[in-house]
Amino acid sequence: MITHTARRAAHWGRLVRWYVRELTGENTYDRYVTHTRRQHPEAALPSRAEFERQRMDEREADPRGDFRCC
Amino acid sequence: MNTSTPRMISPRTILIWSAVAIVAAIGWAMLALSRGEDVSAAWMVAAALGSYAIAYRFYSRFILTKVLRADKTRATPAERLNDGVDFHPTDRRVLLGHHFAAIAGAGPLVGPVLAAQMGYLPGTIWIIVGVILAGAVQDMVTLFFSTRRDGKSLGQMAREEIGPIGGAAALLSVFIIMIILLAVLALIVVNALAESPWGAFSIAMTVPIALGMGFYLRVLRPGRVTEVSLIGVVLLLLAIVSGNWVAESSWAGAFTLDHSTLVLWLVAYGFIASVLPVWMLLAPRDYLSTFMKIGTIGLLAVGVVFTLPTLKMDAVTDFAGRGDGPVFAGSLFPFVFITIACGALSGFHALISSGTTPKMIEKETQVRMIGYGSMLMESFVAVMAMVAASIIDPGLYFAMNAPPGVVGGTVQSASDAIAGLGYTISPDQLAAAAKAVEEHSLLSRTGGAPTLAVGVSEIFSDVIGGHSMKAFWYHFAIMFEALFILTALDAGTRVGRFMLQDMLGNLYKPFRDVGWKPGAWIASAIVVALWGYFLWVGVHDPLGGVNQLFPVFGIANQLLAAVALAVCTTLLIKSGRLKWAWVTAIPLVWDTVVTLTASWQKVFSDDPRVGFFSQRDRYQDAIDAGKVLPPAKNMDEMHTVVTNSTVDGVLSALLAVLVIIVIADATRTCVRAIRNPDATRLHEAPYVKSQIVAPDGLIATHEEKRELAAAAAAPTAESGRATQGDRSP
Repeated sequence: MITHTARRAAHWGRLVRWYVRELTGENTYDRYVTHTRRQHPEAALPSRAEFERQRMDEREADPRGDFRCC
Repeated sequence: MNTSTPRMISPRTILIWSAVAIVAAIGWAMLALSRGEDVSAAWMVAAALGSYAIAYRFYSRFILTKVLRADKTRATPAERLNDGVDFHPTDRRVLLGHHFAAIAGAGPLVGPVLAAQMGYLPGTIWIIVGVILAGAVQDMVTLFFSTRRDGKSLGQMAREEIGPIGGAAALLSVFIIMIILLAVLALIVVNALAESPWGAFSIAMTVPIALGMGFYLRVLRPGRVTEVSLIGVVLLLLAIVSGNWVAESSWAGAFTLDHSTLVLWLVAYGFIASVLPVWMLLAPRDYLSTFMKIGTIGLLAVGVVFTLPTLKMDAVTDFAGRGDGPVFAGSLFPFVFITIACGALSGFHALISSGTTPKMIEKETQVRMIGYGSMLMESFVAVMAMVAASIIDPGLYFAMNAPPGVVGGTVQSASDAIAGLGYTISPDQLAAAAKAVEEHSLLSRTGGAPTLAVGVSEIFSDVIGGHSMKAFWYHFAIMFEALFILTALDAGTRVGRFMLQDMLGNLYKPFRDVGWKPGAWIASAIVVALWGYFLWVGVHDPLGGVNQLFPVFGIANQLLAAVALAVCTTLLIKSGRLKWAWVTAIPLVWDTVVTLTASWQKVFSDDPRVGFFSQRDRYQDAIDAGKVLPPAKNMDEMHTVVTNSTVDGVLSALLAVLVIIVIADATRTCVRAIRNPDATRLHEAPYVKSQIVAPDGLIATHEEKRELAAAAAAPTAESGRATQGDRSP
């Protein structure tokens, strides 16, 4: 009974974690790495810090994606 | 969805939907027929949710299958152009949250509060009927067409599909509308924070909190958004609590700012924030405000549904017919329909629906859930704002929302003025209401945010903390609104700058280069100066800035909706769906009639409370005669009124002309497409077969579950993966 409850709680915990990471874009780097490995196995991959900096530079150049409605 | 086998409708389905229809009908009947007795907010919730359910189930499905003929076998840009970063197929449930967070902001919370001066009924009807037939349709159809065009923006679609003139007019109107939006949002913040050391301190603290978060994400733990956001939210709550201590300490003087000082701070903030690197302030603020937004809106929904408070406002007030309300002038038609934009029909959503979302959507068929569904959710936020505004004492509501020229400076003068409006509230009650939320005064806190905060504090303190927590919840609500308004000022200034750089680039090439610092600085300064001007004017207008500017903002937002609906209608006709063009054409005609009537009245009305130019003439004549007309107190203020009325009048006229140009150009394109369908050129991306299997709606149907299982068992050769959905644990 307890293990069943624990398993359910863990399942929901994973689900929430997955959802939040997807929503905030926290997993973008992981997704990018997976994507690039599959499509271009030879390509050099940036580190997480480099990747996040690059993304910020792109947001800097085109701010339209940051616009939220009123 | 497109299966050709006729589906038998089960008795159970008929039973369920009949029940939903009855609940909605009872809700509407109770709202509409109750007179002079207490009405529970439960009926408003029932009317809203019941109507949404029916509209979503039947109307949005009809649009998806019959009008748009969305094709689930057609690959979306997210699948075809997948780069793992900007373009990537995103789980529909995640994208729903993403899209909703992008469209919902201060707008749906503010408009209904102001419209409550005509009673809760007209605004509620417009919010619910408007979203079903217009707002959600616009969002869904724009999202669909942008998805078919690799996520092109509304401006690009207007240029390519309507023509260069209509496109240019659309771009220019988007720019002007952006300026007015920013000015009005800033005005709301100024009115909420002026003379409030608690509020001003808490909001000021968001800047160091955001800078700290930015540093954390840049240097310490790159990309760890969740943990830093949680830290930020905790610090934010601490800032709200400590605002109380500051307000009672010797620092209070330093944070008690008058309107003019706050304007200067906001203008300085807007400029500095928009030229700082994104990672320092904008990005962390955006995470913070998204967390706060989703959390607070969720909490509010729970609060409203659990406490089901009683509405104290009249269903329809006398101001609806007479058009002499103190909050904004003008009669029910057309002004309720432009005061409530976000929540019913908002042109700005077209910018979001043709921006990030179409690059992330997995399936064309999901535009129903993402586009239509998110907008229904925003509409419910607007209904909750209407509830919050209607549960507070109407006397207090008018004391908070009438301009200073009407209520005067003391609780006694306010009480007398409210009596003159036909409501009663004693000076003691006004003082007690301010004391309950630990503010010096609640008089003339126009702009909607403080009124909403009082309503929210009533609802929340009913659930958590009781009377002693009222002040905390009030400042929590102020913080929540100010937070995303400040984020919008920063992001909006950047978007305005981006557009301006593009326009200036036609005159002087280097402006096009967004990396050219002097260009960015000059363009930022121009944008900030433009909205700063309207903000300054709004704060110093003797007639009340919100009273004067909010209608212009509403007209602007609804005119943008007209542009979006014109693009949608043109595309429906050009793609051979003339038979179904009424789906967007009817909202377009309605919206155009409403907004052009409003513009017309704002420009040409003989009533000086409504028409900007007759207002100008009235004050100019008085100046010529050497007289001072109240609420102006001296000749300087008289001249201010004349200048402001002229600027607002010219602006209203200019916006109307721009939109008439767009609609005329769209009509020309449509007529040509109807006369000669063969020569019509669509700019759609070519068909590519989709490899992804994913459900259309929130919950997968049995059939979709079978498809998912089949796809999982036989992975496709291309990617070795079946669906996005089963990547979740």
